[in-house]
This record gives sequence, structure tokens and C-alpha cells, in this order.
Amino acid sequence: MTEISANFSSMQPGLNTLLSRYGESMMWLARYMERIENLARLLEVTESFVRGPDGQPGWDTILQINSDEECFYARHQSVTETDVVTFYVTEKENPNSIKAMAHAARENARAVRPLISTEMWTQLNVFTGWVLKLQPSDIRLDSLYDLCNRLKQECQSHFGITEGTLYRDQAWLFYLLGKYLERGDQTTRLIDIRYHTLLPGHEPVGSDIDLTQWASILRSAAAYHAFRRQQPVTTTPANVVGFLLKNDAFPRSLSTSLRLVDNALSMLAGHGSMRRLCAPIQERMAELRATLADQTVEDIIIRGLHEYMQWIQIQISQVQQETACAFWPVTPHDSIMHAQSQQ
Amino acid sequence: MNDAPRHTPDQTAGVFAAYDVPDFFCELMNRKEIAPPTLQNVRDRLARFSLADLRHRTNAAETQLYRLGITFTVYSDKEAIDRVLPFDVIPRIITAAEWTHIERGVQQRVQAINLFLHDIYHDRAILRDGIIPADLVLKNPNYCEAMVGLDVPGGVYVHINGTDLIRDQSGRFLILEDNARTPSGVSYVIENRHMMLRLMPDLAAGLPLRSVEDYGLKLHQSLREVSPKGVLDPQVVLLSPGIYNSAYFEHVFLAREMGVPLVEGKDLVVENHRVFMRTVAGLRPVHAIYRRLNDEFLDPLAFNPDSMLGVPGLVEAYRRGNVTIANALGTGVADDKAVYAYMPRIIRYYLDEEPILASVETHICAEPNGLAYTLANMDKLVIKPVGESGGYGLLIGPHATQAELAEFRHKLQDNPGNYISQPVINLSVSPTLCPQGVEARHVDLRPFAVTGRSTWVLPGGLSRVALRKGSLVVNSSQGGGSKDTWVLAS
Repeated sequence: MTEISANFSSMQPGLNTLLSRYGESMMWLARYMERIENLARLLEVTESFVRGPDGQPGWDTILQINSDEECFYARHQSVTETDVVTFYVTEKENPNSIKAMAHAARENARAVRPLISTEMWTQLNVFTGWVLKLQPSDIRLDSLYDLCNRLKQECQSHFGITEGTLYRDQAWLFYLLGKYLERGDQTTRLIDIRYHTLLPGHEPVGSDIDLTQWASILRSAAAYHAFRRQQPVTTTPANVVGFLLKNDAFPRSLSTSLRLVDNALSMLAGHGSMRRLCAPIQERMAELRATLADQTVEDIIIRGLHEYMQWIQIQISQVQQETACAFWPVTPHDSIMHAQSQQ
Repeated sequence: MNDAPRHTPDQTAGVFAAYDVPDFFCELMNRKEIAPPTLQNVRDRLARFSLADLRHRTNAAETQLYRLGITFTVYSDKEAIDRVLPFDVIPRIITAAEWTHIERGVQQRVQAINLFLHDIYHDRAILRDGIIPADLVLKNPNYCEAMVGLDVPGGVYVHINGTDLIRDQSGRFLILEDNARTPSGVSYVIENRHMMLRLMPDLAAGLPLRSVEDYGLKLHQSLREVSPKGVLDPQVVLLSPGIYNSAYFEHVFLAREMGVPLVEGKDLVVENHRVFMRTVAGLRPVHAIYRRLNDEFLDPLAFNPDSMLGVPGLVEAYRRGNVTIANALGTGVADDKAVYAYMPRIIRYYLDEEPILASVETHICAEPNGLAYTLANMDKLVIKPVGESGGYGLLIGPHATQAELAEFRHKLQDNPGNYISQPVINLSVSPTLCPQGVEARHVDLRPFAVTGRSTWVLPGGLSRVALRKGSLVVNSSQGGGSKDTWVLAS
């Protein structure tokens, strides 16, 4: 893959001195930026295409995807477009809002500022500065499309600048790890949101409203036209799910994301004493990828798509935790300091 | 344009048409000597700018500083506010001859300070010989017991020194203050130059300016030179208090320029009296630390036990010679405002030379004569508390009201040992873009000296400018800005 063209055998020795704290911040910088982009897609697509049974935009689906119902209802009475959009864009108290995530991305970038390129920092600084100043009054629902588009493009600028300027050392690999773990996680959440229409006894698969829903899912993953090329004739929910889970050529599919996580891990493992640290994580990834490769999409649906998506999400979260344990372990000294600061 | 000019300014004078500074030495316009051709050239080029153009470029500078994040961050209640240090687009110029003089003077000063620090932490000959009162040194709050008898590599205590220079009415350079602990501001020297070359390429084109690009390289080299003996490839790190420190940008800048990791206390660990950093591949040894933390926060085991910023065991590792800390601990004795008064004598004592750069005449209120003189001349003097920095807590006699003088008199009499006094110096000025046009504002200069096996001085330094009319206080915390400093190569 071109994403990981860096070849460690050609790198100088002595580069395995990446501070643990830097590794952690690089990973979270990528995760937050990827999450912001995905959320912006989701908001845009919901506004334009997602309709509930009553024909109204399905704003409650977004809350379900992100498991945010509790947090939302603690602060809002009802699910209106204004409430949901505000909740996800400007409410800093919501840790999953774009504002909160932009803040987190910026603080992580601040920590790795000695490592990242000036161009990366400058773009991120201007972007997050803009987001942090956004007020509910700045969000016009009739131009939500423009807002979401700008958010997406700013994230894409970030990824592009990173691709074009970030030095290829371990910092880059942790960045990739974060980016693709997050992308994989987001894709499973997206699919999960429509799983119930696949349960037996629901409206017949293939009805008009159903197809619009599935097309909208493809759109929120930027997959619609790629899917059309691969499946010019038949759109079935199984085809759509299969495409998003298992298509190795589509950049946002689960299989692609997991492969790229695995690639990043292999690169890390190839670096001296890191092999031992990477091995257990690689094992988990191998199992994860095998379950995806060894089942057809029909198998997955029959056995329970929702359960499988949740299992994947748990596995991804395990990979995150194991990465943390391996590369930025909490030492006894840290826990003492932590305990003291809590008193 | 409908507005007819109310008067016809001298077209050749341009933005300097109304500029007039008879009472002060002006770095650009009133040098009381025939200006070298390059300086005359800069004057002519500047005069061709319009005020509107200068303002336009100033605004562009501010936008760029925000975007690039060349800012100091003020944190309050979860909010992070980025502020920029105001940048003036008219450079401050130092001629080649002036620079040679400053460079030699700063090198001499650093050499004397290092010899002084070695002496007071070893034989204390200077105290025995009665050159400086023993109490002033040994009871100084910055005197560090942990340094007694410790031999530091190369005898270097002050690896990075910032010397604050001012010029009097005749243009003579005077040392106002030494900064021998963790002097800051060097990132602005280099960033100001980059800014200037982006914003005013037409002003700088073809001029013989000394480069400021080498700082990171020289600093890294010097730190390697003073690393513990026997280490072939020493690992240097920069120790910062972290992202919440207002100077974090400078820490990032220096780490990047040196190509070394920027670490926080929690990234370092001491095992068996050796220092390591926590990396993704486990612990890796560290041999030299450029620290931007004050002494008291460095090691909770040795100093402030509540410090969360430091590294437990660091001082013991240092004492055993396993790591170099730059600057060394306890260097604050040398830049103390009371010790400052003795610096000319300290230079003569160790080097048997006259000071190349003079000091400002200083009266030590701890001494009866000094106190009597100060009390009798309060309205003519600047009176400074010896422990403060950043321009806080000082009295400028000629600018003070009767009530302020009376109040300060009490403070002085209550605790004379806390004060020194100096005559008011008519600081030199430099043309500066102000709301009303280009006006004279007072400036100072902080050259940075880096010492490993030898002392290297970055050509130029930080020129700070007091943006308020008539103000003599250039500190950024008190309404100061900065200018690019151009040292002419010829």
C-alpha cells in the first residue's frame, strides 16, 4: 500500500527513541481528526438523505450510532435537528462534539508539536481555532451542508498535509495505527445503525425507503459511487454491508482499515526490540481479520450483524488498550503521583 | 483620494517626516556619528515606504504569528488563549564594529561568571579576599548547597546566558542585567528574522546581514561537548514544564532546532542514579538536559517536594556526574541584582582585565553608603527589588508621584537589603510604527551566548521595544514588543 511506503530497513538506527508520550499523542491526534471527519459526513448525510419511517430526517439514528442518547437527554428535551446539530457541533460539554474533539486534537498536536511539520501545525491551529470559536448562532440549518463540507475538507487537508510532510518514523506509524483503528470503528458503527432492518419480520428488504436508507449509508462512507461501479445492477442490504465490511479496494471498508492497522503494526514490529511488544497485538489483529475473511456477508448477517459489529468494536478497543500497555505503560511511580494528585 | 494633505511633508523623508529625537541616541536616525553606508541605505529604503504599507505589513505579521502559533498561551478555566508578542516591522540595526565590541564584552562576562560560580562552590577565594561580601553569596536564596564541591564538565555552569544591554544618551552600551538561569526569548530572534524576510524582502534585499540560523546547531554541539565523559554519542533532551507553560512555543522551537526530544518530567526516570527517558521501545539513556524549569522544580527529592514537574532523583544523578544539566543549578547567585553591583570587580579579580562592557552605576542599599545615597536621591533614581524579574516592583523616581516616593521610602527603610538603585538612563530609541505614525520608542538588547568548550554569541539578540510612549520598561508582561535585530556584516 502506498500509505505505508516507508521502509525501515533504509532508516538510520537510533530512531527508536520516540517518547511514549509522543506515541500516545500521535495516535490520538489521528483518531480525533478521523472521528471529526466521520461525524461531519454523518451529519451531512443525515440532513440530506436519512429519513425515518415518518419521512422526517433520522436525527435519532446519529445518537444511536455514537451511543450518545444518555448524554444527549441529560441536556436536551427532544430530538430536533437544532438540538442534535448543536449537541454534535458546538457543545463542548459533549465529549463527542466536534468542538470537544477539535480541542482534544489540538492539545495532542501541541504535545507533539516538536515532531510534526510546521505546515501540519499551522493548518491544525487555524482549523481548530475556527471550530473552537463556532457558536450555536453560527450554525444555520439551511447551510449545514456547507459547514459539514468545510469540516470534512479541513480534515482532509490535515490528512493530505500529513501524508505529504510528516517524517516517516515511529511517530508516523502510531499516527497510522490511530487513524485506521478509528476508521474501522466508525465503519462498524455506521453499518450497525441499520442492522435492525435485517432482522427477520421487518419490512421487506428491497422496498423503496429501505434502498434509500442503504444508499445513504454508502454516501456517509463516501462509498456510493464506488459501490455502483462494483455492483451496477443489484443493490441489496447484503451487498452494501458486504462492500463496507469486506471490499479490499475501498479505502474506508473494515477490511482495508484492519489491513492497514496490521501493516502499521508489522512496520513497528520490524524495528529492533519492538517485535516482542507488538506480537500480542498482532495476534489479536490476525484473529480479527480471519473472522472477517472466513465468513461471507450472508453468514455474518445470519449469525447476527449487530453482535458481530459490537464484537469488532470491542476488539478494536482492546487493540487500543494493548497498544497503550505495550508502548506507554503506567508505571508504579505514575500511579503514586496520580493518587497523590487526587487527594 | 479627496483629502488634500494639510502640509507638505519632506517627500524624501517619507515615514520619517515627523520623526524627531534630539534628546536620545536613536539606533537608526540619530547616531551622533556618520552612519555606515548600509545603515544609510536602510534609512533611504524605509523612507520610501508609506505608512499604509507599513501598517498593512504589520497586520500581516500578526496574522502569521497566530497561524504559525508563535504565541504564548494563557490558560484560564479550560480556555486556552493564544497571544502574540507585538512585532514591529522596522528593524533595529547594529553595526559591525558595535557587534565586535558587544561580542567580546559578552564573552568576557560569561567567562567571569563561570569562574565566579566555580569559585563560590569550591574554594571561595573571592570571599576570603573580601572582593564581595560572603553573606551576599552564601546567604543568597539562589545559592545551592547541592553544588558545593561538585565539578561540572568543562567548568561550565552557565551554558546559555542572556545579557540585557541598554545604550545611554551617548550611545555607550551598558549591561543592565545578567540572565544566567533559564533566559528566554531566543526563539523570537530567529522567528523575527524569518518574519522579516517574508514581510519586508524589499527592505532586506542584498544587505550584508549576519545570519541567525546557527543557534540550534551551536546549542546542541555545546551540550554534547559538556556531556558526561566517556559517552560516545550523548543523548541531549530539552526538559519543559509542558504545554501549559507560557514559553512552550520556545521550548518546541529549541527542541526542533536541536533535533532532540522535548521531554516533560514525567517522561524521565532515574534508575541507579542514571537518567532515562520512557520511549515506545522502553527506557533509553539521557546524558544532557537543557532544562527550562527553575531549580526548585527539578527534583522533588532534592527541592520542592510538591513539584509534579520534576524528576525524582535527578539531582543525585547529576551529583554523581551521570548527567549534565544546563544551566547548572545555583547559577542564580550570578545574576542576582545585588551581586550585579560587584560584577566589574569580579571580572577584574578573575581575569585581570577591565570590563569591556560597562555596568550601570549601582548603589547597594544593603550597604550604609548606598542606602544613604539612595534615600537622598530617590527622585532621580531607579530603585529595584533584587529578587524580582520581569520589571515588577521597581520604582522609577523621576516618573513617581510624591505619594509613591513616600510609600517606597518606607519599603526601602524596612528592608534595605532587598533593594539596589541606579541612575535613570536615557535609553536609546528606535523608530517604531505607532498608532500616530512612526515614533521613537525605547529599546534594549538581549544577546544570547552559548558556552561549551568556548563561548559563541548569536549575532544580534532580542531587541525589545517599549511600545508605550516614554516608557522605559520593555518586558513583554508590561506592554513590550520586539523587533528584528540586524547585525551588519560590514
